Amino acid sequence: MDTSPTQPAEQMTGAEMVVRALKDHGVTDIFGYPGGAVLPIYDALFQQDDIRHILVRHEQGAGHAAEGYARSTGKPGVMLVTSGPGATNAVTPLQDALMDSIPLVCISGQVPTTLIGTDAFQEADTVGITRPCTKHNWLVKSINDLPRILHEAFYVATSGRPGPVVVDIPKDIQFSTGTYTPPAPVEQHKSYQPKVSADIGRIQAAIELLASAKRPIIYSGGGVVNSGPEASRLLRELVELTRTPITSTLMGLGSYPASGKAWLGMLGMHGTYEANMAMHQCDVMLCIGARFDDRITGRLDAFSPGSKKIHIDIDPSSINKTVHVDLPIIGDVAQVLGEMVRLWREQTKQMDRSALSEWWRTIETWRARDCLAYRPNDNVIMPQYAIQRLHALTKDRDTYITTEVGQHQMWAAQFFGFEQPNRWMTSGGLGTMGYGLPAALGVQIAHPEALVIDIAGDASVLMTMQEISAAVQHNAPIKIFILNNQYMGMVRQWQQLLHGNRLSHSYCEAMPDFVKLAEAYGGVGIRAEKPGELDDAIAEMIAVDKPVIFDCRVANLANCFPMIPSGKAHNDMLLPDEATDEAVANAIGEKGRALV
Amino acid sequence: MNTALQPPASAYFITEEKEQNERRTLAVLVDNEPGVLARVIGLFSGRGYNIESLTVTETEHEKHLSRITVVTSGTPHVLEQIKSQLARIVPVHRVVDLTTAARERGHDGPIERELALIKVQGIGEQRLEALRLADAFKAEVIDANTEHFVFQITGRVSKVDQFIAIMAPLGLVELCRTGVAALTRGKEGM
Ligand SMILES: Cc1cc2nc3c(=O)[nH]c(=O)nc-3n(C[C@H](O)[C@H](O)[C@H](O)COP(=O)(O)OP(=O)(O)OC[C@H]3O[C@@H](n4cnc5c(N)ncnc54)[C@H](O)[C@@H]3O)c2cc1C
Ligand SMILES: Cc1ncc(C[n+]2csc(CCOP(=O)(O)OP(=O)(O)O)c2C)c(N)n1
Repeated sequence: MDTSPTQPAEQMTGAEMVVRALKDHGVTDIFGYPGGAVLPIYDALFQQDDIRHILVRHEQGAGHAAEGYARSTGKPGVMLVTSGPGATNAVTPLQDALMDSIPLVCISGQVPTTLIGTDAFQEADTVGITRPCTKHNWLVKSINDLPRILHEAFYVATSGRPGPVVVDIPKDIQFSTGTYTPPAPVEQHKSYQPKVSADIGRIQAAIELLASAKRPIIYSGGGVVNSGPEASRLLRELVELTRTPITSTLMGLGSYPASGKAWLGMLGMHGTYEANMAMHQCDVMLCIGARFDDRITGRLDAFSPGSKKIHIDIDPSSINKTVHVDLPIIGDVAQVLGEMVRLWREQTKQMDRSALSEWWRTIETWRARDCLAYRPNDNVIMPQYAIQRLHALTKDRDTYITTEVGQHQMWAAQFFGFEQPNRWMTSGGLGTMGYGLPAALGVQIAHPEALVIDIAGDASVLMTMQEISAAVQHNAPIKIFILNNQYMGMVRQWQQLLHGNRLSHSYCEAMPDFVKLAEAYGGVGIRAEKPGELDDAIAEMIAVDKPVIFDCRVANLANCFPMIPSGKAHNDMLLPDEATDEAVANAIGEKGRALV
Repeated sequence: MNTALQPPASAYFITEEKEQNERRTLAVLVDNEPGVLARVIGLFSGRGYNIESLTVTETEHEKHLSRITVVTSGTPHVLEQIKSQLARIVPVHRVVDLTTAARERGHDGPIERELALIKVQGIGEQRLEALRLADAFKAEVIDANTEHFVFQITGRVSKVDQFIAIMAPLGLVELCRTGVAALTRGKEGM
């Protein structure tokens, strides 16, 4: 590219600048939906071949697709929407990306500057509406600001703690002509300067503390995935060096392999017994890129009371937000772990071997509780079994999993063993039903040869079902694997626990025939009703080179355990073998109910 | 199972806040760009923080910098969150806790001043009384005719409060306050 300012080539319209900036930031695919206020940008897209535009069926789908694309590649996801309803439809994925720290750049059209504030056709206060659900947003008021703002948008979205940004561009700015300046080789921002490298004294203190531990645990989270593949590699190395037991949040699954020796499974509300007990009884907790979410901590005053806590996080506002930590380390996971591993080796640190062996023995007794056990059934497909078979039959492939929200999401987290980061895309913080299908589309666009499966619930999947049409259009052979229990299972489970089994509006009436639905969209429908059919049906699904809806009929009333019911203690954790109807009905007392 | 354990427990457990609220004055240096004030206010309302006073104006024209002074209150833990949440806003350059900074330098607190304009209506004895009191408070008369005064008073928040309270029975019609402006004492800047 010629950067000489005298070159007329550097003069271009705002719409062309948008496309140029996308190219300059390495964007190859964007997800969007046209409308009046973005037509100039669509026109510029039409006249080039470097950037592929994936037309979705609803702007929410564009956002989740961009999120799936981002989480599976480590690159920012980009969405393009029109003003007014286009922008308001983008709100859910923006908030979703904010909660889950996903780099998402949303470009929206706006009515011409002269009409802003007049209640013009399809006008909405996009920056006002999206201010609380973005990391930052901009309304571009002059063509001269446009290149700078576009570059800033990518920088803010992808650096520090990643997140969503919106650039709202009035239509007259898209038409007007100005000078394009390419992004600076090293991005500098006058006020926004995330801290990446941590204080070495703190890192030294952390390894001292870890080496002194008798009952250590690593509690890792989504920040490890955000930090990139090197962070996961270093995490594995640290675990290898120290033999520290490791658990992870829902968002961090895959950073440490599920087949790894030190793996305890996921922690938290639907986490394993051994992970939660170990968190509770540890003496040193090393939290790496996780944010002490309420699904993890439960009752704060009783959360891991006897431990010294180290917290590595890039965002100072995550430190001491809910749980007081003894040793905060502000920095990027990969950078901090790199230093920790280096110092550990240099100083030939050792763990207290006998204490550690003792600790592992205690953990084994918890593990022996076999908290994920369920009763197999020859006639009815148990949802857990379906996930286990799906895992067994896909694990040797290049597989990516997305989910919707509900019981199926938790079973996927419990029973699908993730070996690598960036392979697991789920809506954790916002818990957005309808996330998984479009996210799978985004993942498949980024990885055309991979096997991409949305593990879905029958209720969630109907929220963004229309995106299967986008998948058909773009030859994205995503597999929508529905654990069809005819219920909003997770809601039903809570109603059983909290509301006297009064199943108010949680039964899915008038469900479509998913096989016919797939066919109507030009995809393939497959149904499995008996455990014996499952393997063949899954094999068939994998073999089809088209979008598939797999209607997996599972036990209607299965519940998701283990579970820490509200207001209960860890040693009152509901385990599957104890979860009789009576136990479930009485699991949460009067006091606990008031707390939910 | 292990009964020696203090039970951890459930999700959604709401604990009562046992710590006492404290008052703090924060100085926030921001880029003077559209929406920045909305971001700051939105943060306070969205996260349920208190604003007792808020003052904002451009302070360095060439650099496009504005200084926001917020007086807030909360538990020490919430106050720490407020500061780091503010610092996270992209156009925010710096957040300084003036109250803590002042205490670290051995002072009670930062210098805090407020200006108020106060309109008082009255005739006869009431009018004289208002003027006498204004004089005692070192309030200036900046507009007057035979039936009213507009006083300007500057000082600590408590002094302004007191002056307003005294003027209330003497025909107070309307008032306007600027909110707190604050700096730390001593030669160092923020
Ligand atoms: C129905 C349902 C049930 C759920 N049940 C559970 C459950 O049982 N267990 C569970 O774990 N979750 C559960 N969740 C998910 C839960 O709500 C939270 O989303 C999740 O626990 C948060 O994960 P995290 O702490 O890893 O944080 P994330 O949201 O992934 O945040 C990442 C943290 O890392 C930091 N960070 C980001 N990048 C970096 C970097 N480069 N370097 C350093 N730090 C960085 C961020 O600042 C942030 O603090 C459930 C969700 C749903 C919808
Ligand atoms: C958009 C949205 N609306 C409502 C909810 C509340 N909610 C959480 S789980 C759930 C039921 C999900 O049912 P389904 O998709 O069938 O999954 P299952 O729990 O049966 O596996 C609902 C309604 C939500 N998470 N997201």
